[in-house]
Amino acid sequence: MTTLVIAEHDNAQLKGATLNAVAAAAKIGGDVHVLVAGANARAVADQAAAAAGVAKVLLADAPQLADGLAENVAAQVLAVASNYSHILFPATASGKNVAPRVAAKLDVAQISDIIGVESADTFLRPIYAGNAIATVQSADAVKVITVRTTGFDAVAAQGGSAAVEDVAAVADSGLSTFVGREVAKSDRPELAGARVVVSGGRGLGSAENFKILDPLADKLGAALGASRAAVDAGYAPNDWQVGQTGKIVAPQLYVAVGISGAIQHLAGMKDSKVIVAINKDAEAPIFGVADYGLVGDLFQVVPELTSAL
Amino acid sequence: MKVLTAVKRVVDYNVKVRVKADQSDVDIGNVKMSMNPFDEIAVEAAVRLKEQGAAAEVVAVTCGAAASQETLRTALAIGADRGVLVQTDASLQPLAVAKLLCAVVQREQPALVILGKQAIDDDACQTGQMLAALLGWPQATNASAIGIDGGMARVTREVDGGLEVLELVLPAIITADLRLNEPRYVTLPNIMKAKKKPVDVLTPEALGVDPGSRLETLRVEEPAARAPGIKVADVAALIDKLKNEAKVI
Repeated sequence: MTTLVIAEHDNAQLKGATLNAVAAAAKIGGDVHVLVAGANARAVADQAAAAAGVAKVLLADAPQLADGLAENVAAQVLAVASNYSHILFPATASGKNVAPRVAAKLDVAQISDIIGVESADTFLRPIYAGNAIATVQSADAVKVITVRTTGFDAVAAQGGSAAVEDVAAVADSGLSTFVGREVAKSDRPELAGARVVVSGGRGLGSAENFKILDPLADKLGAALGASRAAVDAGYAPNDWQVGQTGKIVAPQLYVAVGISGAIQHLAGMKDSKVIVAINKDAEAPIFGVADYGLVGDLFQVVPELTSAL
Repeated sequence: MKVLTAVKRVVDYNVKVRVKADQSDVDIGNVKMSMNPFDEIAVEAAVRLKEQGAAAEVVAVTCGAAASQETLRTALAIGADRGVLVQTDASLQPLAVAKLLCAVVQREQPALVILGKQAIDDDACQTGQMLAALLGWPQATNASAIGIDGGMARVTREVDGGLEVLELVLPAIITADLRLNEPRYVTLPNIMKAKKKPVDVLTPEALGVDPGSRLETLRVEEPAARAPGIKVADVAALIDKLKNEAKVI
């Protein structure tokens, strides 16, 4: 029994989500190998080889693998899949894009967003926006799985000494072409992995007012997040969205400012260790999950909190 | 160009589901059912392509029990031209739905299939990608903009760091994200017209697909409840709690 973890990276840097997926693989048992499919991505393979618990790294390096096109990456995974009992992807935008394609080609069910490993064929996963946890058992010969990163503590990035093995890259499918990317600029910690998250909702009222959260986030070393209402209203960019349809976060501290607490938002943050809610409506559902709630006008409370820290 | 769009009947997104006492599943006995919100966006996108002249016909498909016909009628009221119901009482998982849709696609020969990015009941986020794999077609998931130009689709996708743009050779699969569009309200006259639009009823047997499950659900539980919280009087009390009780700052 050997598990293959598909690395998440940008051809230069291994993304933290990979280390959470390796942790899930370690719980399944058996050897853990990592596949790095990219272009000029040897540095990524070296980083993966240094991760604790990784026995071997496969590197497929070719221009057609540069941008993570689902058709090419899935074909690359399938090219090496026959040696593995489990194939794990982090449940990121790219992992979710490719994993089902691999599963369908192998004619196996895919198991999405696992948060726990009960045994080599039995896994826990949230359904209905996290309002229920299902325990599912797979009868398939190969288990294709995406791993919710907040469900597993990352393995150490250092301490391993796996060998890097080059594997032949698959040909370009020719079905799709990468045109361009528009990356949202941010000096703050990455939302999904941040220790502290400060999130704003519709209560902020405007994109201008949203900036009231900046000094608070700076003082806490926090990533900024947003509810769907705030994103739809144009107060915040969409990759800040926390919830069922956005990012799933589980920081040490989550500060919800002007967020009512719809089911879809709670799905993305209710596993945070400590939740603080600041809202002027004492009946807002967010207070139902908050450890500490403060009823008040955020335009008064947030600056006061910032200067008191 | 023919566009196919796939819709699913799910528990309404405003309903907070309860787990059954015997832990076999969630209780959806008497709750409101609706079209999966992402599928509404997919149907809207297909209908807009028709209104722009890029599509000649929009066919809505659903797989499930007889009651799924209601969901199909909603798609027809939004503006789909006709419906296909693959009727089965089997509990369908994404791989089975992808195989059923694959068989329907082979009958209908559309140039584009638009689905929602995920259903809000199983939260799987698999069916579109699986369908693309089975057909050997390109895919663009989490679409926030779609442009059709000749034999190509240009799609903007929502990804973790921002947005990316892909070009796909048609025929292709696209899955809709929230910000692709705002679905229109269905009006009463359109609901009445939708009743007259044709719906073909097929079965998995007729399509030659085994709809059986590959994953067995052993149990379904409530998530661990959070300890009840407290309300603090002011900022000083909040900071005191965070420093001395929770020790997170």
